[in-house]
Amino acid sequence: MKARAFEYVRPQSVEEALRAFGDADGDAAYIAGGQSLVPALALRLQAPALLIDIARIEELHGLAVVRDRLRIGATTRHFEILNSELVAEHAPLLSKAAPFVAHPAIRNKGTFGGSLALADPASEFPTMALALDAEVEIASFAGDRRVAIADFFLGLYETALQSGEMIRAVHIPVATAKTRYAFDELARRRGDYALVGAGVNAEYDGDRIERIGIAFLSAGPTPMRARRAEAILTGSRLTLEIIREAQEALDVDLDPPGDEHTPVEMRLHLARVLLGRLLGRLEARP
Amino acid sequence: MNVSAGSLDRPNSYIGRSVSRPNAKRLLEGKGRYVTDLVLPRMLYAAFVRSPYAHGRILSIDTDEAAALAGVRAVFTGKDLAAICTPWVGTLDHFKNMKSPPQLPLPTEKVTWSGQPVVLIVADSRAIAEDAAELVMIDIEEMPALADPVEAMSAGAISEELDDNLCFSMKLDAGGVDEALEAADLTVEQSFIFGRHTAVTLEPRAIVADYDPSENRLTAHHATQTPYQFQDVYSRHFGIPEANVRVIAPDIGGSFGMKLHVYHEEMAAVGASILLGRPVKYVADRMESFVSDIHARDHRVTARLAVGKDGRITGMEVDDVTAIGPFSSYPRTSAVEGNQVVRLMGAPYDFSAYRAKLSVVFQNKVQASQYRAVGHPIACAVTECMVDKAARELALDPFDIRGRNLIPDDSYPRKSPTGYQFEKLSHEVCLSRLRSLMNYDSLREEQAKLREKGILRGIGIALFVEITNPSPAFYGVGGARISAQDGAVVKLTPSGEVHCAISVTEQGQGTETVIGQIVADQLGVDRAKVRIMTGDTDMTPHGGATWACRGAGIGGETALQAARRLKANLLSIAGFILQAQPGELDIREDWIIEATTGQQRISLAEVARIAFFRSDTLPPGTQAQLSVAHHYAPQGYPFAFTNGAQGSLVEVDVETGFVKILRHWVVEDCGRIINPLLVDEQIRGGVVQGLGAAFFEECLYNAEGQLTNGSLTDYLVPMACEMPDIEISHVETPTRDTELGAKGVGEAGTAAASAAAMNAVNDALAGHGAVLSQIPMTPTRILKALGKI
Repeated sequence: MKARAFEYVRPQSVEEALRAFGDADGDAAYIAGGQSLVPALALRLQAPALLIDIARIEELHGLAVVRDRLRIGATTRHFEILNSELVAEHAPLLSKAAPFVAHPAIRNKGTFGGSLALADPASEFPTMALALDAEVEIASFAGDRRVAIADFFLGLYETALQSGEMIRAVHIPVATAKTRYAFDELARRRGDYALVGAGVNAEYDGDRIERIGIAFLSAGPTPMRARRAEAILTGSRLTLEIIREAQEALDVDLDPPGDEHTPVEMRLHLARVLLGRLLGRLEARP
Repeated sequence: MNVSAGSLDRPNSYIGRSVSRPNAKRLLEGKGRYVTDLVLPRMLYAAFVRSPYAHGRILSIDTDEAAALAGVRAVFTGKDLAAICTPWVGTLDHFKNMKSPPQLPLPTEKVTWSGQPVVLIVADSRAIAEDAAELVMIDIEEMPALADPVEAMSAGAISEELDDNLCFSMKLDAGGVDEALEAADLTVEQSFIFGRHTAVTLEPRAIVADYDPSENRLTAHHATQTPYQFQDVYSRHFGIPEANVRVIAPDIGGSFGMKLHVYHEEMAAVGASILLGRPVKYVADRMESFVSDIHARDHRVTARLAVGKDGRITGMEVDDVTAIGPFSSYPRTSAVEGNQVVRLMGAPYDFSAYRAKLSVVFQNKVQASQYRAVGHPIACAVTECMVDKAARELALDPFDIRGRNLIPDDSYPRKSPTGYQFEKLSHEVCLSRLRSLMNYDSLREEQAKLREKGILRGIGIALFVEITNPSPAFYGVGGARISAQDGAVVKLTPSGEVHCAISVTEQGQGTETVIGQIVADQLGVDRAKVRIMTGDTDMTPHGGATWACRGAGIGGETALQAARRLKANLLSIAGFILQAQPGELDIREDWIIEATTGQQRISLAEVARIAFFRSDTLPPGTQAQLSVAHHYAPQGYPFAFTNGAQGSLVEVDVETGFVKILRHWVVEDCGRIINPLLVDEQIRGGVVQGLGAAFFEECLYNAEGQLTNGSLTDYLVPMACEMPDIEISHVETPTRDTELGAKGVGEAGTAAASAAAMNAVNDALAGHGAVLSQIPMTPTRILKALGKI
């Protein structure tokens, strides 16, 4: 289990990194935390000629609130999200999900941008970004651009990132006094990829749900928004009847993988149970 | 006769004391030296090209491009190694009509499991060897894979050397089963499935084979628990005189039985070293471990139990089909697990009508063989689940029905209907101890209260019997060159310290600590002054090593007897020096003392100094024997059986099928306890492996015979977060066969943990119409049993 030989560079700026990628004729990969890339290299599932280490590029790192958005620099590490008071105040759903991201050793190295760029449908942060209607700021040789998270995840491990592009930062609308949220997942062991997981981020108007974002992990080829369930819940008070309708809508909203040992119906069942429990928690206040 | 215990206040009385492990600090500091750490001059690295198919015919192999890569020193195929290595066949004579196809390091005609090594590349680094492996072209004609054991039984033979896929079959019949079933008030029937799982040792398999042609000498630095067995295997299959083969097992990071089998990769590495005259290192990476380490279990059992209205068991019938991969492992075979399954069924209970059928079947998966608690968890789970099922139908409490059926503690010695001889077991004491340890009655009250709130808790118990201290009845009588005896050399150093080289081995469980305790205890010296050496066939006497729960029982007795002989020699010399009768002297705290008064007379250091450097001052004709070589083999009962009882408390979420394991209890009787701390940790580790089998671990294959979860992401090893507190209590019934009185304990935890857990889950689900009879009990299986999906 040894990687194929590769070259390695550590540029000082995003511009330098983008240029290094361009010079490699596309046979390159950016590496930050390396928590997914390094195993893939060892297994020879990926074998780029050049690794461009962006972990120490200052401008890619850090947390800040800019107007009504929380800006998360791409190389901000999972443990920083977990421990950040800024995140806890302005994107509490992320704080809630952070302890479920793998194990401490992985959280110490893995980066927020790296997790989104990989777009593993079983990962917590990409799914929470989706629930939170985040916006992805992409650095590109052709100039920066911004992509709504709903347009970012295109397919299994497929994103709106073009070859050579990298995530510079992710912008998340900040929570308000009306925000309620809940996260949970069902994993066989603590820290494992979950059989299913979900985050709910809602704005309440009194006892009515004004707006709600529900996203599921391990429930499709990408992080999955439960749009139909959201439509049923929007404008409603949470009653057992409404919750049941929303649960049933998941059959349409989600497209989970399945095999003999974990059938599709199993994941759908767990998704329904989980949604019911999370909505119950919303009612009990965050 | 057993040595006296209960004198723990005496200085140097270490037997029965929780003392720490002298080697723990070194290992914790990262100073362990494992085979992987070893770098020898001129050493090369091996990597293998493996079969992507579970079954197929090799049409052609093109290694030209790989061989031409810079840094590649050799590429070997099956034929190259077949020229210098004789085939091995995994059968034993006492398993009548057993058969298995001959094995070579690498195949010449066919591949029979996915992941089978086909081509060996030897290069200047592992990375280069793996680069070259990508350049090898193997053309394999894929054949239908036999993954399912029942299908394999009737399908055409996988092996061209054999007529069918039945490796071994056996019938046991103690008589009276039909009558018992007919007369029974209640007949309980159930089918069970036990998933395949594997050991997942922290340190993977590893070898550095170092053949020196100038002396025709092979030194194998080998991560194994049985160096002597491998000395014999390498000697006989590569035609090197035994005395020229040295196997060194340095620090070993766990084995659990996995590292005592012959593997194709290690044989190929030895062959490569012989062909190249250079050291060759092979270390299995985690992906390779999953497709080449032995797997275990994989049993389908159907059982019937005849029970009277009064809850008395009157008979039992069992049919076990177990699948072992394409061949039986060598040299211990893959029939032992099935054999123990059918012989341990019903072992704690007092009935005689028993009948069993065992079928051991070949299939296209990696070999399955002995792994911690061989056969015990299956026999225990089947028996204990059947007993619980009978109890439910008769509305008896699980403790009650067991109490009515246990073999009484005062009825030993006795023989089981399957032929096992029990010297003395303590089921009644263990069962009642378990009840109080668990605080059973209040657990039941709490369970009832929580049930009203919709919280489903389950309580399960299981009794077990464990096979330990095996005599030659285990392997020797079957023709295997596997020793049932052990040997030790104990010597006094010139400074009055003690060195003991012994044939039992250490894989992290504390063997060396226990041996050190016994030697120090018996000699009357400070434990810190006793150095134990294990794991080197050139430096220690030949012996069985550590497996099947024999390290403390047999190795410990060997050390005890050796130390006593050395002590007699020391007292004899001291007698000459002191002009005293040896019988009036003793040794305590490194001093020769007067036995009656305890008065210090002369230090051991002084005795050693005189004996080694001033032998001229000893009486003429006196030759001080300060080294003792001693062997011991068990000669009484063929096995020292142990017993115990376990309890499990779980909480089942019926909406998700998830189970929280809340508590686990073990009452265990392993005879004389030498180190309570190590015994407890052995039990806890064993329980965790049992709970792994119950809830997490399973090697999943698809219909094409491909392992689909061969990584640590997908194969779920039990982790600390999911494990409960494990409370332990002991009953001590020493064996009278040895002076030490110790029996084995290493497998006790694993033996009954999954059975107790299964009973707990089924107790939780009672009333929901669901019965789980397959492990691991995954959320999917639980929801299916509940009819939720």
